[in-house]
Amino acid sequence: MSVTLCILAILILGGAGAAMALPRLIHCALALALSMAGLAGLYLQMNAQFVGFAQALVYIGAVAILIVFAILLTGGEGTAEVGRFYGSWRMGVGIALGVLGVLGLAVLSSRALAGQAVPVPEAQVREIGDLLMTDYVLALEVIGLLLTAALLGAVILAMPSASARTGSATHPAKDQDA
Amino acid sequence: MAETLDQIFVALKTWLVSFAPGQWQPLVSAVISVAAIIGTFASLFALTTVLERKGLGRIQNRYGPNRVGPYGILQPLADGVKALTKEDVVPRKADRVVHFLAPLVLVVPVFLALAVLPVGRNMVAVDLDAGLLFFFAVGAVTELSVFMAGWSSRNKYSLLGAMRAIAQMISYEVPLILSSVTVVMLAGTLSTVEIVEQQAVYTHGLADWNVFTPWGSAGFILFMIAAAAESNRSPFDLPEGESELIAGYYIEYSGFKFALFFLGEYIGMFAISGLGITLFLGGWSAPFAFLSGIPSYLWFFAKLMGLIAVFIWVRGTLPRLRMDQLMNFAWKFMLPMALVNLVVAGLWRFLPGGVTRWVICSAVVVGAYLALGRAVSGRAGPARRSYRFAD
Repeated sequence: MSVTLCILAILILGGAGAAMALPRLIHCALALALSMAGLAGLYLQMNAQFVGFAQALVYIGAVAILIVFAILLTGGEGTAEVGRFYGSWRMGVGIALGVLGVLGLAVLSSRALAGQAVPVPEAQVREIGDLLMTDYVLALEVIGLLLTAALLGAVILAMPSASARTGSATHPAKDQDA
Repeated sequence: MAETLDQIFVALKTWLVSFAPGQWQPLVSAVISVAAIIGTFASLFALTTVLERKGLGRIQNRYGPNRVGPYGILQPLADGVKALTKEDVVPRKADRVVHFLAPLVLVVPVFLALAVLPVGRNMVAVDLDAGLLFFFAVGAVTELSVFMAGWSSRNKYSLLGAMRAIAQMISYEVPLILSSVTVVMLAGTLSTVEIVEQQAVYTHGLADWNVFTPWGSAGFILFMIAAAAESNRSPFDLPEGESELIAGYYIEYSGFKFALFFLGEYIGMFAISGLGITLFLGGWSAPFAFLSGIPSYLWFFAKLMGLIAVFIWVRGTLPRLRMDQLMNFAWKFMLPMALVNLVVAGLWRFLPGGVTRWVICSAVVVGAYLALGRAVSGRAGPARRSYRFAD
């Protein structure tokens, strides 16, 4: 247990706890971002530079921003009227226990606990790229296809429908050149 | 002699570190690097504020600051004293904690981003294997700070400014990253140090800078446009448009917190210009072989000041865009152009070297530029424009 691990653990757990417990939704989102930053730090501490930076880039730069944007656009930033804990907390506890069980099994069956000295992998970005382009190329392509489909879907959702388009005949860009 | 002068700061740091006892040496070394970065770039910030005001003044046919010190050069000192002694006003309805944290969340990441920029030969604070990714990762945090500032102020102008800022930063981050990816593809590394070292070789006396290739010049222009948008500089300063939103997301900040936002914006501009220099303009390397006797850090900072001069020039020249123009430009022009540029970079890599490679790659870039430009503007070709109130 090093000092950095303790600090990161406090950041992650404190952030996650605050994300659940704080009354204001925006504060919860910011606490979640803090927790994700802690996770990025944890990856960095384990010498996984690429994963750590990608975590910061994707989760703080995109996911957290998306969450706060969604909160603002749906107008849900006020304090929730319903209690802080929903009625379905029993199901929540059940799911949490299930996840804990799976993770616990994974940790218990890992080589690190069995006392085998695992060589610290010094994963270079180049090797990650090589693996992504050879062994895992199918997974990469599938994810790329999925993201493209999501992007197209977002564009279609954002496009005004045909009736709305004919209704607004004066497009601002056209108007300017007149 | 040139060698000594080039490495004088590195030697100075080694000499200073040698005074520390063994196990403290890494810490002392890190502290010296951090102090050097903060000192250098903060004084560059002070210098740039006065240069910008004088430059804008000259563009607008007036003098600019000329009262404090010779030629007004001590103006930043007066500004600093003013910012420090001003009352720190926090709106009564504001969210105090988030309001307090927002300027810090802006300033810390932009200084962190400077850590991976090689400002001279052997002069980089941390040489990371994934340095470029680190730069973008810490840059992503600044978006959150803009949101925090805008939301916590409880002011509709600041919230509008924050929404505009986030929409703009997310939109322009895509072409920014895509145009840097071309360099990564060709260099085969994410390390900023290695990217610069690959450009610091000379063929026929001319440096192998990425900007001297078709994909590099297109990528550099795309990168700098996106960089202006990312650092909220004019003509992309909608989030803080004085005439529309008063000052956007930092409207409710006063005194030193406002100064911190100001500092963060300028340091962010230095950082992203520094990255542009690192990726496309050969970092600390000299453009011609016979000029490599000049110390490397001087080259880096000369290029940095050159890019900042362009930023000031653009700010004094171009009017602010409208929101729909901004979005159309990002998604309908910048993004397809960046994607085409990726293909061009791939062609450049696999075509045999020589004149044909130059012709094909340039043709694709110019063709895409013309086609996209006409498609976006909706005009068939260059024609005489008529203006409603000017004819």
